[in-house]
Amino acid sequence: MHFIGDLFILFGAVFIFLGAVGLIRMPDVYNRIQVGTKGVTLGAIGILFGLFLIHPLWWSKLLVILGFTLLTSPVSSSAISRAFYRSGIKVWHKKEDDIKDSEGEVKVSDNKEKDS
Amino acid sequence: MTFIEIIAMLLIGMSALIGLYRLIFGPTNPDRIVATDALNLIASVVLVLLALFFDSVLYLDVALVYAVLSFVGMIALARVIESKADDSSKEQEES
Amino acid sequence: MKNSSSPYVVTFVICLLLWLLLTASFAADELISGVIISLVVSIISAPKMKILNGLRLHLGFFLGLLSYLWYFFMALIKANFDLAKRVVSKDMKLHPDVVEIKTTMQSDLGKLFLANSITLTPGTLTVDVVGDSLLVHWIDVPKNSDINTSTQLIVAKFEKYLKGFLK
Repeated sequence: MHFIGDLFILFGAVFIFLGAVGLIRMPDVYNRIQVGTKGVTLGAIGILFGLFLIHPLWWSKLLVILGFTLLTSPVSSSAISRAFYRSGIKVWHKKEDDIKDSEGEVKVSDNKEKDS
Repeated sequence: MTFIEIIAMLLIGMSALIGLYRLIFGPTNPDRIVATDALNLIASVVLVLLALFFDSVLYLDVALVYAVLSFVGMIALARVIESKADDSSKEQEES
Repeated sequence: MKNSSSPYVVTFVICLLLWLLLTASFAADELISGVIISLVVSIISAPKMKILNGLRLHLGFFLGLLSYLWYFFMALIKANFDLAKRVVSKDMKLHPDVVEIKTTMQSDLGKLFLANSITLTPGTLTVDVVGDSLLVHWIDVPKNSDINTSTQLIVAKFEKYLKGFLK
């Protein structure tokens, strides 16, 4: 049982890492909010479930933390994105059709430098 | 503390470092706020894992309180940004 | 009668459940103090908890809640694998835009749950809720999409599950 719990913890850690990588790679604020929220939330769920498998007696507190995370993490990211949207931050658009797929990376880095 | 747990902790530490990079060098202020949001959740996950490593249920309480406080802080931050946006749009309409 | 007393009962049950989960003991003294505290809290705060009016208290409540949670977890895991593919691939297949969708949920609680579900499912993020319409930031907008098709794609299945236990 300990081993299966460890696997779930590793699963969660991998998704947290992917979320963090997405935080670096995504081109604009809204995409970063999406990736950060989703990746880190599923990672937290995986780790809490793995901890439940290792220490089944802690289930009540783990359940409270899980419910609270599931309820509040989307709310806080929605509130932040609404604040950004109302304060007039534009949504990033890719220039369609005249850029080949292989140049997508170049386009992304261009856009980052323009922001700063 | 098994090998898999050490690898998981390393991955989480690396993602915290990546979040810190976004927090320090983020090109604009909104990027920094997004990084703070993600880092808060990562920190509370690390507190949960500390409960496993030190084998003490008290850390779960700490993680819960940390999650509550970070949620309240993010909502307050969003409110401040929104009220500032409303003020500036009003000023633009008047001028 | 049921309309006037149900917010008190719901608040009381939620408070007591939270107390039991946090203390994790059925000792008599903790149980009694928990009941007293939840009673005081529910009497003070229930008149202001208008959001709880969205609950549909009927026999299939827990069944609806469980089936919604199951569908939600499946969608969350699917969203994360989609996201992982996007993050790892070289060009991230981004066509982001903000689209507007209509919801048929009537209560505030239903809109809250719907917005949360949208935020945690593949490639969508709720930006704003104005009345009956939600602004959604969509990471990969399909071509020639209008308000009806995007409503169909994003919220239709969630609303079906949410209607089981919310208004």
